[in-house]
Amino acid sequence: MADQTLPIPGSLRATPSRGAALLEWLHGWVVTVDHKKLGILYVVYAIFFLLVAGAEALAMRIQLAVPHNHFLGPETYNEFFTMHGTTMVFLVGMPILFGFANYLVPLMVGARDMAFPRLNAFSFWLTAFGGLLLYFSFVGGFGLYGMGAAPDVSWWAYAPLTAKAFSPGHNTDYWALSLIVMGFGTLGAAINTLATAFSMRCRGMTLFRMPLFVWLMVVTSGLTLITITPLTAAQIMLTIDRYLGGHFFDTQAGGSATVWMHFFWIFGHPEVYVLILPAFGIASEVIPVFSRKAIFGYPVMVAASVGIAFVSVTVWAHHMFTIGMTSVSNSFFVLSTMMVGIPTGIKIFNWIATMWGGKIRFATPMLFATAFLFQFLIAGLTGIMLSVAPWDWQLHNSYFVIAHFHYTLTGSFVFCIFAAIYYWYPKATGRMLSERLGKWHFWLFLIGFHITFDTMHFVGILGMPRSIYTYEADRGWNTLNMIISAGGLVQGIAVLVFAWNLIHSYLHGKVAGNDPWDAWTLEWSTPSPPPVYNFAADPVVRSRRPLWDIKHPNDPDWKYEQ
Amino acid sequence: MQQGRSHSSSRSRLCTVFMFTIGAVPALAEGPQATPSIFAPASTPAHEIYGLSIFVLLITGSIFAVVAGLLTYVIIRFRARGPDAEHEPPQIYGSTQVELAWTVIPVLIVVVLFLTTARIIFAIQDAPEPKSALEVTVIGHQFWWEFRYPKLNIVTANELHIPASTRDAPQPAYLHLLSADVDHSFWVPQLAGKTDLIPNHPNDMWLDPRQPGLYLGQCAQFCGIEHAKMLIRVYVDTPQQFKAWVKNQQQIGVEDSAAAAGRQVFETQACVNCHTVVGTPAHGTFGPDLTHLMSRATIGAGAAANTPENLRAWIHDPGTFKPGALMPAMQLTDQQVDEILAYLSTLH
Amino acid sequence: MSAIQNSIPIFADENWRLPSRGRVAMFSLIIGESAIFTIFVVAYIYYIGRSTSGPTPSILDIPIFNTICLLSSSLTIWLAEHAIERGRMRAFGAWWALTIVLGLVFLAGTAQEWARLITHEGLTIRTNLFGTTFYSLVGLHATHVVVGLVMLSLVLIFTLAGRIEQRHAERIQVLSLYWHFVDGVWVVVFTVVYIVGR
Repeated sequence: MADQTLPIPGSLRATPSRGAALLEWLHGWVVTVDHKKLGILYVVYAIFFLLVAGAEALAMRIQLAVPHNHFLGPETYNEFFTMHGTTMVFLVGMPILFGFANYLVPLMVGARDMAFPRLNAFSFWLTAFGGLLLYFSFVGGFGLYGMGAAPDVSWWAYAPLTAKAFSPGHNTDYWALSLIVMGFGTLGAAINTLATAFSMRCRGMTLFRMPLFVWLMVVTSGLTLITITPLTAAQIMLTIDRYLGGHFFDTQAGGSATVWMHFFWIFGHPEVYVLILPAFGIASEVIPVFSRKAIFGYPVMVAASVGIAFVSVTVWAHHMFTIGMTSVSNSFFVLSTMMVGIPTGIKIFNWIATMWGGKIRFATPMLFATAFLFQFLIAGLTGIMLSVAPWDWQLHNSYFVIAHFHYTLTGSFVFCIFAAIYYWYPKATGRMLSERLGKWHFWLFLIGFHITFDTMHFVGILGMPRSIYTYEADRGWNTLNMIISAGGLVQGIAVLVFAWNLIHSYLHGKVAGNDPWDAWTLEWSTPSPPPVYNFAADPVVRSRRPLWDIKHPNDPDWKYEQ
Repeated sequence: MQQGRSHSSSRSRLCTVFMFTIGAVPALAEGPQATPSIFAPASTPAHEIYGLSIFVLLITGSIFAVVAGLLTYVIIRFRARGPDAEHEPPQIYGSTQVELAWTVIPVLIVVVLFLTTARIIFAIQDAPEPKSALEVTVIGHQFWWEFRYPKLNIVTANELHIPASTRDAPQPAYLHLLSADVDHSFWVPQLAGKTDLIPNHPNDMWLDPRQPGLYLGQCAQFCGIEHAKMLIRVYVDTPQQFKAWVKNQQQIGVEDSAAAAGRQVFETQACVNCHTVVGTPAHGTFGPDLTHLMSRATIGAGAAANTPENLRAWIHDPGTFKPGALMPAMQLTDQQVDEILAYLSTLH
Repeated sequence: MSAIQNSIPIFADENWRLPSRGRVAMFSLIIGESAIFTIFVVAYIYYIGRSTSGPTPSILDIPIFNTICLLSSSLTIWLAEHAIERGRMRAFGAWWALTIVLGLVFLAGTAQEWARLITHEGLTIRTNLFGTTFYSLVGLHATHVVVGLVMLSLVLIFTLAGRIEQRHAERIQVLSLYWHFVDGVWVVVFTVVYIVGR
C-alpha cells in the first residue's frame, strides 16, 4: 500500500506553513486524474451552478409574482431565463450525471480507474471552462468596458433571433462558444464512460451482470455521442453565420429558420433522455436496496432503457407541432412520441414490482426515489397529453409545458440526484448525511415543488405563454402566479437546508463504515472513502449482486440468474 | 371540414367538473372571456381540440388512478415494520407473463390514442377553405402584429376584426401567417391552437368564432426583448358591425385644418419612415399603419390603452410602456408632441 | 482490506477477455463524429439550389486526382498496420510516411481548388448559401484531415526516433481507424458535393 488514500497536505515536510499546505491541497485537486476526485469535482461544480440557476429562477418568480412588476427589467428577465435553462441543462444536469458516472462506474464494475484518466481530467476542465465562459458573458458580453450582457435568446435560441441583425453584441457568441466547448468535454466523458464499462470490468462482470446504474450510464453515453454532436454541429454553423458571414440560418438569403429548429431538437429531445436515464439508473439502485429485494425484471429493464434511447431519437419534431409541418409528419411524430410511453411504463411497473413484497425502509434516499416514482408518472402522463398534436397546438410554449418538463427535470431528475447524493455521500466522504436534516430537506422540497409546478399546469391551461417577463392584470393569472412564486421560495429554503446538511455532515456526520445501507453492489465492498486504487485485490463476481452472494452464502443470486 | 359541430353539454359539464376538481378558477361559459382558457373554446378548431383533450384526460386520468393507487398500496402495505423487519423478504427476479401483460396494455392504449389524435389532426389541419372564407394576412413584427385584408384593401395592426360565423352562413377567417423578422406565434386560446410565423416559411390557420366579442391572446414564441408585450385582440363582430368597420377602414382620412400643424410636424420628422397614413406622404412600413389609429382600443400591441395621455407618453418615449420597443424616443419638444397628438387624434 | 473483500469467491474463468479500450473509444468517437458530419451533409443537401444569388455548384470541378490520393492512403496505412504487426519496422515507416504524403497532396489539392473558387469564381463563404455550405462541409472534412495528419506526423517522428515498436501495433491500429474514417467520410462528401449536388 504505497499510495495514500488522500494526499495529506504537507505530511512530507518538516515544518509546513498553512498557506503552503493549502496550496498543495488545492494543487492536488487541480492536477488529479483520479476518477473519484474528478467525480466529486463534477458534482461540486454542478451543485454550485444549481444554486446559481436556482437563484435566477427565484428572481424570475419574484418578477412574476404580481403583474406589471418592475423587479427585473425585460433584458434581465430574458437573460435570466436563458441562463437558467442553459445552466440547468449544461452546467448542472450534464456535469452531475457524468460526475456520478465518474465516481461510480469504475467502482461498480470493479475497476481501479476510468479507461482514460487523463482524458477524464481534460473533459472535466473543458466542461468547467465552458461554464466559466458562459458566465463570463455577464461581465464581457459587450466587451470588458461597460456592463456586459448574458445571452438572452432563450435556451432553444431559434433562428433568426440569433443572427447578428437581431442579436448584436457578443452575448449569443458566448452562448454558442461555451456550448461548443462543453460539447467536447461531454463527448470525452461519454467516450470514457463507454470504454470503462466495456473494457475495464472485473473478472466475472459480464454485461448482463453490470448494475443497472452502469447500464443506464452506457445507454446515456451512447445517446450523448449522437445527440451532443448535432448540437455542436449546429453551433459551429451558427458561429460561421455570426463570425464569417455565412447564411445557414440567414432567412434574408434563403437560409431556413426551421432547419435550426430541427437540428436543435435532434439534440434537444434526446438530451432529455440523456438526463433522465441516469435518474432511472439511480432509482434502479436505490429502490431495490431499500425494498430489500432484487430488481424485478433486470433484462427487461435493460431492454426498455435501450428501447427508450432508440425511440428517443425519432421524436424530436414533437417540439415543432406548431411550425406548420404536414399532417402526415405531425401524425408520425405523434406516434413515435407516444411509443416512448411503452418502455417507460414498463420501467415504472418494474420498480413497483420490485417494491411489491419487500420490506421498504424509508430512509431519505428512498423517500426521494418514491417521490420520483409519483412525479415521473405524472410527467409521463402530461407528456402523453403534449404528444397529442392538436392539444399541443394549445399547450405548446404555455406554462403547461414548463410544468411538464420541470416535472421530468426537477420532479424526476433532481429528485433522483438528491436520492443519489444521500445514498452515496457516505461512500464518498465516509460520513452519513443527517437523516433529520434530510427529512426536512425532503418534505420542504416536495411541498414547494408541488405548490409551484402543480399550479403551473393550470396557469398554462388558462393561456399563459412562457418566456414573458410580465403579464396583464386582467387575465385571471394573478393568484396562481403568486402561489407558484411562493412555492419557489419553499424550494429555495429546502435547497439551503440541503447545502447546510452537506457541509454540516461532512464535519460532524455519523461515521459511515463500508456498507451503511446493507447494499449489494461492489462499491460497498471497499472502505468509505475508497482508497485511490479502489480495490486492494481485483474483485471477482458471479452475479448481479456480488455482496448479496457473500452475505447469503446459502442462497446466492447466481443460483437463480440465467 | 367540421363546420357546424356543436359541443355537447355533457362534455362541457365534464370539463367543469374537472376544472373544479383541479381547483382552477374560471367556470365555463360560452363566448369571449377575460381569461383566455383553452377549456373555454369558442371556435371549431378550439372545440375539436377541447373534445380531444377531455378524451385524453380521461385515459391518462385512469392510468394515473391505477398506477398511483398501486404505488400507494405498495408503500403502505410493504413498509418494513414489526419484529421480523430484519429478515430479508423472499427474492423475486422477474416474471415473463407479468412483463408481457404490462407491455401489451400500454401498446393498446397507444394505438387508441394515436388513431383518435390523427383523426383530429387531419380534420383541423387539412380542412378545405370554403369560398366564403375571409382571408387575412398576418405579419409578425418585433413586437407587433400587422393584419392585411388583401381582398378588402385594408391594413391595420394588433387588433384583428373578423365577422362572427353562423351555422347557416359559415364565414371562417383564414389567416396566412408571415414574419417580417424573427419567429412569432399566433395564439388566441379560445379560438384555435397556435401556429408559428416563421420568416421564409408561410403558414396557415383558420378560426370560425360564433359569439361576437373580444378574444384575447398573445405571441407564444419568444421573439426578443418585448415578447411579453406582443398582445393580440381579436374582435369578432356581428355582420353589421363588421360591415361598418370595413367601411370605416376603407375610407381615407379627412383633412382636418385644426391638425394641420401636427401633420406638418409628423411629415417632417422621421415618423414617416416607419409609419403609413394613407392619403399622405407617410409610407413607412416598419411600424404599424396609423391611418385609422383612433379606431383601435390599444397602442403598442396592447401595451397601453389608447387614451390621449397614454398616446402622448408613447410619442414622447415608447419606453414608458415598452422598454425595448423598436420605436425610439424621438427627442421631440413638448409642443411638437402636442401637435402630433392632435394630428393623430384625427385619424379615426 | 475488509472481510467482505477477501471473501469474494474466486472462480476460474481463464477466458475472461474484454474489448480493447482504445478500440471502444475510437469507435465511440467515430459514431459522434459521424453525427456531426450527418448534420453538415443534411444541411448541404437541404440547401442545394436555395441560394438566392451568386455562383452555383456547376462551377465545381470533380477532384478525381485528390480523391484517388486520399483513398489510396487508406490502403497504404493498412499496409503500415500490417507491417508493424509483423514487426517490420522499416516497412511500417515507409508506408506510414507515404500515407502522410498522400494526405498532404489531398490538402494541397483542396487548397488549390479553394484558391481558384475564391479568386476566379468569386465564391467565398459569405457569397451565398452554396458558398456557406460548400466551404463548411469540405472545410470540416479538411479540418479532420489536418488533425489526422498531425497525429500521423507525431507517430512518424516517434518512428524516426526509434520509439515505436511492434508492441505499439494496437495503438497504431486505433489511430488508423480514425484515418480510415476520414477517408470514408470523403466518399460521402464527394458523392454529395460533386455528384449529387452538382
